[in-house]
Amino acid sequence: MKKAIIYIPLTLCGIIMLYPLLWLVGASFKSNEEIFSTIWFIPQHLDFSIYKRAWQTVTDYTMGHYFLNTFAIILPKTVFAVVSSVLTAYGFARFDFPLKRLFYALFMGTMFMPAIVTIMPMYLMWSNLGVLDTYIPLTIPALFAAEGTFVFMMIQFFKGVPKEFDEAARIDGCNSMQILVHILIPCIRPVIVSVCVFTFLWTMNDFLTPLIMISSVEKYPLSLILRLSADSTGNGYEQCKILAMSVIGLIPSIAVFGLAQKKFLSGITAGGLSG
Amino acid sequence: MKKKYRNPIGVKSYTGLLLILPFIAGFILFTAYPFISSFLLGLTDYNGIRSPEFIGGENYSRMLTDKGFINATAVTLKYTAILVPLKLIFSLFAAIVLNMQIKGMGVYRTIFYIPSILGSNLAVVIMWQFLFTADGLANQLLEAVGLSPIGWYGNSAAAMGIIILLRLWEFGSTMVIFLNALRDIPKEYYEAARVDGCGRIRGFFAITLPLLKNVFFLNLILQIIAAMQEFNAPYMITGGGPLKSTYTLGMLVYDEMFSYHNMGYANAISWVMFVIIALIVGIMTAVTKRGRAEI
Repeated sequence: MKKAIIYIPLTLCGIIMLYPLLWLVGASFKSNEEIFSTIWFIPQHLDFSIYKRAWQTVTDYTMGHYFLNTFAIILPKTVFAVVSSVLTAYGFARFDFPLKRLFYALFMGTMFMPAIVTIMPMYLMWSNLGVLDTYIPLTIPALFAAEGTFVFMMIQFFKGVPKEFDEAARIDGCNSMQILVHILIPCIRPVIVSVCVFTFLWTMNDFLTPLIMISSVEKYPLSLILRLSADSTGNGYEQCKILAMSVIGLIPSIAVFGLAQKKFLSGITAGGLSG
Repeated sequence: MKKKYRNPIGVKSYTGLLLILPFIAGFILFTAYPFISSFLLGLTDYNGIRSPEFIGGENYSRMLTDKGFINATAVTLKYTAILVPLKLIFSLFAAIVLNMQIKGMGVYRTIFYIPSILGSNLAVVIMWQFLFTADGLANQLLEAVGLSPIGWYGNSAAAMGIIILLRLWEFGSTMVIFLNALRDIPKEYYEAARVDGCGRIRGFFAITLPLLKNVFFLNLILQIIAAMQEFNAPYMITGGGPLKSTYTLGMLVYDEMFSYHNMGYANAISWVMFVIIALIVGIMTAVTKRGRAEI
């Protein structure tokens, strides 16, 4: 009985939290009239032809093309982010070196740096280098441990691995790199998963950076093609089409989160973002 | 005499430095350089084609009389002041409830967390726009409970409300940080307090809240920084309207830069944003440090 008192409001809140997403999926099958006449999310008819039309987008390219574009950004970015964050975190967590305190302070500072201040000079910099409208501005920063949060999470994880592990390996003749690869990386696997998942989700969500850097429609990532479609369909037009495109656009994020959910949540919890 | 670094035998003092080289290079290229060049560009008149012309503090004095800038600053501060406290209270409350050790709690944690990972996805932003149209879900719900529908996009308070609701809905990421902090509080503290005759509510105020202070502060700062830069939601959902009532500084910077090509002015504004954020964070740090000293 006491339990019900907790579960009932929790379940209600959970439904409220997820209802907009359920509504989105349902509304993608509905006609304009049906969207705006009922609160209930389940559509009267299941007509998948709308998804066929949504897949065609409003441009010459299909959603598949834009998925590939997005993945062409995500894939290198993820590899870059993992490698550069692991190296940086390993350096901070396990070694003493000149000016360490200064660099650590600078590192913490970058985590609180508002992106809006740096994005415009970066735009001009990439423009001077002649690489606007390529994926270089979207991926290369990840090569330089640009996401402080990742490094921070990894430092916390490294600290959780006893230093005796390193020492034992060193006595056995391992050098610093071998220790990292053979001893430490297997220990911090959950946080590496978290970094991959976060890179995936955040890149899927990123809107401002591609909006500024990418100008040709054929190179658009998903977020930009959704915006283009939302702008060009307007009110009164087949609204379910843009909603169906949105659903398609969310599937990769939901799939990745669903697959990685367990490991990923343990990665952020054990990573102790709790300061 | 050479300074000694505490490293394992055989490790050079520069090994660590080599390892953090990606960060150092990244800091110079993607933080220090843009930061300084943003400041310098703010002192120029620059349209992106002709070379920048030095005009001193003119961009800054222009802001003082620019109604657009003053309005955007007021909108952004108002938005931040409403959203951040609500979101923190909301996520702290949710974290405390979801921290209870009951079967199936993991499922609820996941459910409450989902909106925050999808929330800034443009697909969700577009969906949000649909929810608040004249006969959209929000108004249908209002009518279902006997209230009169609202013209969400025609009313400045309601338009601001749409964006605040979207960001509130995404409280999961702040909630997770609170959840971790709560989990780290040793149970012995509460047990010891109970032995001393301390009830649950008092335990919350005497043990939980003080121990959450640091993480609360971290969340506060992160949320302020994020809210001050808000761009996606007003850009896509309200377009800054009605009558610029949701036109944030982020949108102003974007428009000055890419719509009007006032690149000098845009950089000056982004620098003022940086100063405003740094001031808020600085004041908060000073205030909370004083609070800590009292204890």
